[in-house]
Amino acid sequence: MFGRLTLDAFKHDWIEYLAGVSMIFGAIFFIALITHYKRWGWLWKEWITSVDHKKIGVMYIIFSAIMLVKGLVDAVMMRAQQAFAVGDSMGYLGAEHYQQIFTAHGVTMIFFVGMGVVFGIINLVLPLQIGARDVAFPFLNNLSFWLFASGGMFILVSLMIGVYAGTGWTAYPPLSGLKYNPGVGVDYWLWSVQISGAGSLLSGINFLVTILKMRCPGMTLMRMPIFVWATLATMVLVVFAFPILTATAAMLSTDRLLDTHIFTAEFGGNPMMYINLFWAWGHPEVYILVLPAFGIFSEVVPVFSHKRLFGYTSMVWAIAAISFLSFIVWLHHFFTMGAGANVNAFFGIMTMIIGIPTGVKVFNWIFTMFRGRVRFTTPMYWFLGFIVIFTIGGMAGILMSIPAVDFQVHNSLFLIAHFHFVIIGGVLFGFFAGYSYWFPKFTGFKLNERLGKYAFWCWMIGFLLAFLPLYLLGFMGATRRLNQYDIPEWQPLFIVAGIGAMILFAGLGFQILQLIVSILKRNENRDLTGDPWNGRNLEWSTTSPPPFYNFAFIPEVHGRDAFWAQKHQKTQPILRKYEDIHMPKNTAMGFVIGSLSFLFGFGLIWHMFWLAILSAIGMIAGVIAHLYQKHPDYHLPAAEVAKIESRKQSV
Amino acid sequence: MKKAFKIAIVVLLLLGLSAGSVLFIANANIPVLEPKGMVGDKERELIISASLLMLIVVIPVFILTLVFAWKYRESNTKSKHAPDWEHNYIAEYCWWGVPVFIIIILGVVTWRSSHELNPFTPIDNGEKPIMIQVVALDWKWLFLYPEQGIASVNFVQFPKNTPINFEITSDAPMNSFWIPQLGGQIYAMPAMRSKLHLLARETGSFRGVSANISGKGFAGMRFTAISSTQEEFQTWVSNVKASSQKLDMTSYKILMQPSEYHPVEYFILTDSELFEKVLMKYMMP
Repeated sequence: MFGRLTLDAFKHDWIEYLAGVSMIFGAIFFIALITHYKRWGWLWKEWITSVDHKKIGVMYIIFSAIMLVKGLVDAVMMRAQQAFAVGDSMGYLGAEHYQQIFTAHGVTMIFFVGMGVVFGIINLVLPLQIGARDVAFPFLNNLSFWLFASGGMFILVSLMIGVYAGTGWTAYPPLSGLKYNPGVGVDYWLWSVQISGAGSLLSGINFLVTILKMRCPGMTLMRMPIFVWATLATMVLVVFAFPILTATAAMLSTDRLLDTHIFTAEFGGNPMMYINLFWAWGHPEVYILVLPAFGIFSEVVPVFSHKRLFGYTSMVWAIAAISFLSFIVWLHHFFTMGAGANVNAFFGIMTMIIGIPTGVKVFNWIFTMFRGRVRFTTPMYWFLGFIVIFTIGGMAGILMSIPAVDFQVHNSLFLIAHFHFVIIGGVLFGFFAGYSYWFPKFTGFKLNERLGKYAFWCWMIGFLLAFLPLYLLGFMGATRRLNQYDIPEWQPLFIVAGIGAMILFAGLGFQILQLIVSILKRNENRDLTGDPWNGRNLEWSTTSPPPFYNFAFIPEVHGRDAFWAQKHQKTQPILRKYEDIHMPKNTAMGFVIGSLSFLFGFGLIWHMFWLAILSAIGMIAGVIAHLYQKHPDYHLPAAEVAKIESRKQSV
Repeated sequence: MKKAFKIAIVVLLLLGLSAGSVLFIANANIPVLEPKGMVGDKERELIISASLLMLIVVIPVFILTLVFAWKYRESNTKSKHAPDWEHNYIAEYCWWGVPVFIIIILGVVTWRSSHELNPFTPIDNGEKPIMIQVVALDWKWLFLYPEQGIASVNFVQFPKNTPINFEITSDAPMNSFWIPQLGGQIYAMPAMRSKLHLLARETGSFRGVSANISGKGFAGMRFTAISSTQEEFQTWVSNVKASSQKLDMTSYKILMQPSEYHPVEYFILTDSELFEKVLMKYMMP
């Protein structure tokens, strides 16, 4: 009945109990809060079943924020272990527990924080920037979110039921195979990646079609804001890369469920194939994360420099070049696997070529400030921090792209420092810039600037303290994923890194405080104009927050920086009559299918095959039922639009 | 006054931090930057020259960012303002061109060094090379000397100035074989024969590790690599030959059982084909 799920699965050490109990209390508190304020109906109608891209975006970001806290707790725990576990001391965590923590940390941060904030921001901003009322496939969008959330739930559930993988977030076979890891850990990894990956793929298709088909009249490709270009390139990457992940994970699951040996050396299988396939997805994935961040900076810098973006065409070509090259560099993740010198050299050179378009983008941003009027708001702080950190990280990256150098730093903490420099400095700082920049658009009030800057300084100082020592540790021979080491000389550096991690955590604390203070004092920071920063693109042309249909009239554009041009037009806009608006209806099916996908994965993890089969049937039935829905849409009458619009104007 | 005080504190803190770091780095033991082997020497040179080359772009980025952000700050109304200036061919050619130029140089360096320092390429310095076979086990390193007829666990010794031909495989999950002070690493994979060629230019004791996660006992997968004179090496070999333990397929199967922080052990290698047998294990169903 319960497969291999027995009471033993609930036995953990006290640290995991603490995490589990606090999660349960959090959930109970949340449920009590909703019940007390009688908001269940509201939660269901306005959020869970919503197909509004703005609400889905908010849900992505809230989910990612929760995962970010979890991932940071993991990080602090790891550094705390390494601060003590030297010589004879084994630290406070067992090896297996420590290995689960760094695996969960990696998966959480890449899949559920990185991807979450990227899709969150894209959901929020993109349809507004292209003057659309929603995405191309609103139901699919809701479904993507719930698949993503159900994937994330596996990590949280594994804290209480069973264990998580201890293989590192890349789960290389044969370590991740049945022989060395027969337990449920790797299966949790597999299904969290597989199900959220399916969600990402659906989102990719959705936004690709949205950008290609839903732009407002006049917005040709070369008039699109750079954020839209970056998203377009990202979505092409998603559509090409994620199927590889899906197929690879599927093959690994047949290895684990049916003992097929595709990726283990017995019976002619080959682990190297997995490593190739994994990075054929994994390298584009890096750009899937960072390109949208580049897009955000391309929005933020011109607005706060009071100047047009420098080198628009260069920017577009740079994005195109990066996304093309990102598919022919995957081998640099394993130069040490022993491919020939020619192969290694080719992939090394392709990798360093990516540095060129990336450098061009950096110079274009810098020259956007040239002869501008730079306002030092929080988003601009994040941008300047990004330049410093990302450039150092990029330099380390190019260094490692030389195979002969990589042999000496591969899998060392030098590598760890490099990718944290580019992912935190690039993706996360980019998201934070976008978060404070677009926050007023979706809430109607600005974030507190002072606390935002405190948060920035904590992140910046904490980050440098936490990761600069890692470059040195790498040169000193410290490898990644060590729960214990023998060289006392490393200890002071690990302690500094640990202090850095805690300062960084304080930065997150300031951000939470900033959100609370900003909500409490929202009346002091109201944005009544819809354009608090003197913005340049269409998202600022509607009210803050926008009505659920975004625009009463679909905008028409005649050039780049469409809203800027509109503001500087001499002629008055012609008054038009409101028309009926065609809108999608909310649907519960996304939530239902998402929940079933969780049960499906859970069934396969614990070998409760009846549960897996039932939920698979349920999912298929759900999709079919949704397809046969007669009226997935409705028309909002013109009179209603007029009423909403006049109410907005009177405010 | 208050502001000056704040700045002074920040400056003092920064000075203190950098002084501390310089002192620390000067006294620290940094194997990758203080190599004792031919391969490591060349890899170190590469790290330094490539970094210097990249600074040609990185330093201007830092300076321009600071200067522009400061000079064109909103309160400085004296600076020029050109809100519509968005394009300049010369400037853009410049920052497409200079990096292209640098990457061409780096590309040539990469191509050459990839061939020169390819771990599979033997080193030729006139001396007769020594062959050492390495098997990564759960969670220890087994070294086989087929020519000398000995074997050791978590300990490897070789004469200095002699090319070492490592042949590496794994009878456990994938590991990575790395002696930082001698030069770069290579993966140890089941059913695969990786090769690594190193040469120690001085005598000394070096730390070797596994650089790739291989399960529970991975952190303890360390070994000592000793580079000695030829005479010392011969003495060591004969000492090991006097040991009582023998290594053949039967005792190998006992040895390969998972163990953590395995102590150093010595064996007489009675089966000189052991490495090939481990390698071929996976070829038979």
